Amino acid sequence: MSILVDSETKVICQGFTGSQGTLHSEQAIAYGTQLVGGVTPGKGGSTHLDRSVFDTVSEAVAETGATASVIYVPARFCKDSILEAIDAGIELIVAITEGIPTLDMLIVKDRLDTLGTRLIGPNCPGVITPGQCKIGIMPGEIHLPGRVGVVSRSGTLTYEAVKQTTDKGYGQSTCVGIGGDPIPGTHFCDVLELFEADDATEAIVLVGEIGGTAEEEAAAFIADNVTKPVVAYIAGVTAPAGKRMGHAGAIIAGGKGTAEEKYEALDAAGVKTVKSLAEIGDALGEVTGWD
Amino acid sequence: MNLHEYQSKALFADYGLPVSRGVAADTADAAVAAAEELGGGKWVCKVQVHAGGRGKAGGVRLVEDTDAVRAFADEWLGERLVTVQTDAEGQPVAKVFVEEAATIERELYLGAVVDRASRRVVVMASTEGGVEIEQVAAETPEKILRAAIDPATGPQPFQGRAMAFALGLEGKQVNQFADVFVNLVRLFHDLDCSLVEVNPLVVTGDGDVHCLDAKVNVDNNALYRQPAVAALRDPSQEDEREAQADEFGLNYVALDGNIGCMVNGAGLAMGTMDLVKLHGGNPANFLDVGGGATEEAVAEAFKIILSDDAVKAVLINIFGGIVSCRIIADGIIAAVRQVGVEVPVIVRFEGNNAAAGLKALEQSGLDIATAASLEDAATQAVAAAGGPAGDRQ
Repeated sequence: MSILVDSETKVICQGFTGSQGTLHSEQAIAYGTQLVGGVTPGKGGSTHLDRSVFDTVSEAVAETGATASVIYVPARFCKDSILEAIDAGIELIVAITEGIPTLDMLIVKDRLDTLGTRLIGPNCPGVITPGQCKIGIMPGEIHLPGRVGVVSRSGTLTYEAVKQTTDKGYGQSTCVGIGGDPIPGTHFCDVLELFEADDATEAIVLVGEIGGTAEEEAAAFIADNVTKPVVAYIAGVTAPAGKRMGHAGAIIAGGKGTAEEKYEALDAAGVKTVKSLAEIGDALGEVTGWD
Repeated sequence: MNLHEYQSKALFADYGLPVSRGVAADTADAAVAAAEELGGGKWVCKVQVHAGGRGKAGGVRLVEDTDAVRAFADEWLGERLVTVQTDAEGQPVAKVFVEEAATIERELYLGAVVDRASRRVVVMASTEGGVEIEQVAAETPEKILRAAIDPATGPQPFQGRAMAFALGLEGKQVNQFADVFVNLVRLFHDLDCSLVEVNPLVVTGDGDVHCLDAKVNVDNNALYRQPAVAALRDPSQEDEREAQADEFGLNYVALDGNIGCMVNGAGLAMGTMDLVKLHGGNPANFLDVGGGATEEAVAEAFKIILSDDAVKAVLINIFGGIVSCRIIADGIIAAVRQVGVEVPVIVRFEGNNAAAGLKALEQSGLDIATAASLEDAATQAVAAAGGPAGDRQ
């Protein structure tokens, strides 16, 4: 078992023939992902990477039976692409694109909630179930099939956590990058709920960062609903207030969203927190008793 | 992106929001001419900088003759204003805004933001005008009224009226406030704002609802479709190095320490800074070279980091995902040769082509230290910068 994606998941790529779409689709195919086709409006009927290209997501779904879509289109077209995927009945949308206007995401989020479609991202590395299905830009080779569920707001920080669980030999059930934007499609709580219900996931790593209250919400959710051990790390203890640290979501506003507040909430929820990102693997060993 | 008050008020006027007549002047003569043109015999002079807390810092003055207007302009133009929201150097003053003075019966607060929790634009109002809303939120949260905007319907007058009654407004003020409410949110949506604030929104001596201040922040990600707003950008109000970094697709934020950091990914960059601090060091900056870092970007990142004289060591932490560590290594080697780096450089590579990257660094013959792990990198950087607690002199 795993969450969100597995070896049966059929995926299409929106922005398939662009440079990003091509690069990461090649890697996904090489990893063994069932990438069954792609969409580039105006290039329907052609072939790319030995797969069919369609003009619309609806056609791609009808022809391939895909239930998931990964989006690599530029930010200014991304709202349209996500709404098209929702309209075509895609169940899982993964938007890698960075820099989508926040007001676009308010409209997208409202639509997602109305129709019950799941969006991972935007501005995220994607989702991977090691050895089965890789959707996104993460390096496949640092992953190992295993028993830790990883959920994170950051890209490269996720890789650090993954690498440590691989080096320890624990491996990962599924890794989900929910993205660094202020309005993500999927929240920590959504993913925690899936990990809690997943047989393959025996422990959870949560990687958060400053800004917003997503980690506090996750802490409250964990206290009430999660029985599996959770290790958490929050980036941005040294970040000054009022400054945006790269991610649009990483800004401390009016004394809210500090790493201290987040650590406090997670500690109170019984989560094992680490202040050094180098200690995530060790802390997992500690809370699980694994060697 | 932040706007000046005079720019925000011009946008307010476009949306039918009641603001005072005013003119932004960049010389003392122009300021006096502005006062004479406005007439009325009473003006408010305000320095135009991207920072709050101007009033307490002496940057706002009520004046009653044109000599005083000239004196205010002479005092501030070309100077820097230091407020609680600026750094110790303050923000440069290139313009003063001369505005008709308004009479004030009541001061209220009105603002709109994107609320992450409810995933809506939320309008906030409070009877505590003129006070920082964060302070009100912390001390008397019950005094903040909220109205969420449904993306399908947009702002509705009834929401504005409900808020007006709750604020104790009466008579004509209720519909005036409802208009302000609707138009403020219209502006927020049309211009892709991340924040719009009127602090204070006042009731004048004539009993009218009036916007005495205006603050507009615009979502940088949406500037491509807001050319008119993008043209209002004032680079003089931005940190020079941050603006330079931005041109090369780098994210840079200057900090107070002495260890320069170059990292790929915003989260890992923050994590690396935290690790430096945990080992007793002090990061000089946040710098994210991005997921698709090129040799050129790395060289530029080096120049920006080293333009800060306080930097005593540079720590490079790259987890190669998309980006190959080998390419970053070439960028580092080129930059060190080109820029002539005179401080210790410590490099930690992991992921995509890490071994090849480290090998290239070792074979370059340059004095670049490599680290075996994250902890090792942080320890080495802190030692190279002069040991723990290396604060800026």
